[in-house]
Amino acid sequence: MNFDYSDDQKFLKDEARKFLAAHCGSDRVRAVLDNAGTAYDASLWKAIGAQGWLGAAIPEEFGGLGLGHIELCAIAEELGRACAPIPFASTVYFVAEALMLYGSDTQKVRWLPRIAAGDVIGAFATSEGAGPVTARSVRTTVSGGKITGEKIPVTDGDVADLIVVLARDGLYLVEQGAGVATEILETLDPTRSAARLTFTDAPCEKLGTDDGIAAMQAVFDRAAVLLAFEQLGGADRCLDMAKRYALDRYAFGRQIGGYQAIKHKLADMYVKNELARSNAYYGAWALNAGAAELPLAAATARVAASDAYWFASKENIQTHGGMGFTWESDCHLYYRRSRQLALVAGSPAAWRERLVGQLEMRNAA
Amino acid sequence: MDFKDSDAEATYRAAARRWLDANIAEHDAGHYPDDMAKAKAWQARKAAGGYACITWPQEWGGGGGTPIESVIFGQEEAKHAVDGSYFTIGLGMCVPTVMAYADDATKHRFVGPAVRGDEIWSQLFSEPAGGSDVAAIRTRAVREGNDWVINGQKVWTSGAHYSDYGIVLVRTNPDVPKHQGLTMFWLDLKAPGIDIRPIHQMSGGSSFNEVWFEDVRISDAQRLGPVDGGWKVALFTLMNERLAIGTSGGVGPEDILAFARQADGADGPLLKDTAFRQRLADWWVQAEGLRNTRMRTITALSKGQVPGPESSIGKIVAANQLQDIGNTAVEAGDQYGIIADPALTPLKGAFHAATMWAPGLRIAGGTDEILKNIIAERVLGLPGEIRVDKDQAFRDLPVGA
Repeated sequence: MNFDYSDDQKFLKDEARKFLAAHCGSDRVRAVLDNAGTAYDASLWKAIGAQGWLGAAIPEEFGGLGLGHIELCAIAEELGRACAPIPFASTVYFVAEALMLYGSDTQKVRWLPRIAAGDVIGAFATSEGAGPVTARSVRTTVSGGKITGEKIPVTDGDVADLIVVLARDGLYLVEQGAGVATEILETLDPTRSAARLTFTDAPCEKLGTDDGIAAMQAVFDRAAVLLAFEQLGGADRCLDMAKRYALDRYAFGRQIGGYQAIKHKLADMYVKNELARSNAYYGAWALNAGAAELPLAAATARVAASDAYWFASKENIQTHGGMGFTWESDCHLYYRRSRQLALVAGSPAAWRERLVGQLEMRNAA
Repeated sequence: MDFKDSDAEATYRAAARRWLDANIAEHDAGHYPDDMAKAKAWQARKAAGGYACITWPQEWGGGGGTPIESVIFGQEEAKHAVDGSYFTIGLGMCVPTVMAYADDATKHRFVGPAVRGDEIWSQLFSEPAGGSDVAAIRTRAVREGNDWVINGQKVWTSGAHYSDYGIVLVRTNPDVPKHQGLTMFWLDLKAPGIDIRPIHQMSGGSSFNEVWFEDVRISDAQRLGPVDGGWKVALFTLMNERLAIGTSGGVGPEDILAFARQADGADGPLLKDTAFRQRLADWWVQAEGLRNTRMRTITALSKGQVPGPESSIGKIVAANQLQDIGNTAVEAGDQYGIIADPALTPLKGAFHAATMWAPGLRIAGGTDEILKNIIAERVLGLPGEIRVDKDQAFRDLPVGA
């Protein structure tokens, strides 16, 4: 039984944490938050590219480090803890995974080495409006190698060089440029950018099969595990912040962390975070092993992590009292990010539905 | 990251399976939970094969093995319908305390028979005035020459009605603060002056007892640890409790999933009800989270490490889930749900039984609230509770109901 990070993976994770502590303090997150013209932290993006993190799970033959997905999960956890304001998830969890799943050799050779090197930012464009993405909700069409339609919201759509777009008959690769109009959106989490992308006869190239919804879901299953680790890192950070504040803050003559109302709140956070961690590990195992259990494991990991991060981020604010409600406090950075991460690959309610659907199929089989 | 056995673990598992296949047949069939004779026979068979108390030294009748070997055997044994619950408290908590604190003659007398299942042990700590506050014990032991005379009452004593021996924590000095005046003894539960009365639980059953002591005379040779040093001994006993890796049993997500396939909802099967599906997903996430947390605990054992604090979340999550699942199935019956007759209810009344048993599970072995205090204080490092009784003599403490 070896259901934990290996020593090498722990070393990588520790190094990532130290690196991000040095290069991604909350001042860097705030620099993106407070500057409407800044979509992401370009110097941090360059620095983590130099670390090789973008290619951690990309095979060496395509310019990556070829380490594997457990290593990528370890990095994701630390990026989540740091609330890193960079297009890592869009580029690595969605676009690189989509290319590795469905790309032809030509497509992989063309794009993966540039992703691993940090030269290409990706975006995954599926939603066209409010509500879950379904076969009926997708109106984007392709005709004669040109794609037409509107995607909203597209995380990192304003800065992406390569966009994977869901159309009625499959996923397509679209390069930023002719036929792509961009409108930046105001969102709950300004530390991650998002855009409305309007495609008007934009040149495109098919990625994989004609069943776009199935392909999207397969990419979502992989991204869900990686996102769960970011959410877990964020949730753990919220518990840590709440704990520190509860020890530092005195009221009625003693530390507020001595009152059961606070102690039990933080214990509840701990329970949710540990459930999320254990489920995330199982998702990591399924992702890395290419196991048939991945869809169920991914849904379980995502529901647990979304629940844990929401609870930890909102109760962290509550523990901080009025101070937690200020712009100056870091609490809202995590509250905002918990919303962004919970919705970016489909809502918790949609994932609960998918989870039960998987249980029904499993028991019927 | 994987779930594979190491080579040594795989070898152990294969040997355990072979041994179980060769030995279990006569014990497996018709073995019901209340059949103590069969449980004792199976325990004796395991002891002879080196599979009882696997982590204990062989000189004491144990298997001389490692914690991970104990887990592996437990996993394999759990595939069969045998019951070791009569021995859990004795072998998990009481006898380890005897082994740590008794003299050699006592150990030679008691450890072997306990390992073989010949004798069953109970733990007598809780009292009417001391549940969560275990150290508030009022049962007195007064010294008379080489003897001690015990008067008082214990409560919530699991299995006392079928046990032979017990370890008992009593007050030997009321003139010092409460933790400093306690002493631990072992005793014969059939001794004169001991009256064991089953407690009629709200669930209908009786798995706990009140144990009354009236001038019960025991020898000072039965003392475990120093006079007035019993709190430290009790902590040793309770530490062993926490090392046990347990599951709650009862109904889980799979059971209510199966139930919901055929149960009528407002518009078709319950399983098609959106609100139900959302809750089922959350139960699944909890149950899988606990299962995978156990995998993390086992991983630590496999590496020869002490498991991390994550194993402390189990009972809080499992007990509350049991209550929630049970009641959801009950309410799904609409007006019919009030019927508890096993002949008329789904799963032979298992959901109704869970609804009535779960309140006890949320209290037994540490209430939800005490467990949250433990997580907050020992895992997160938050301050302990204010203890107004810390520096007062026990006899001066205010008492209520």
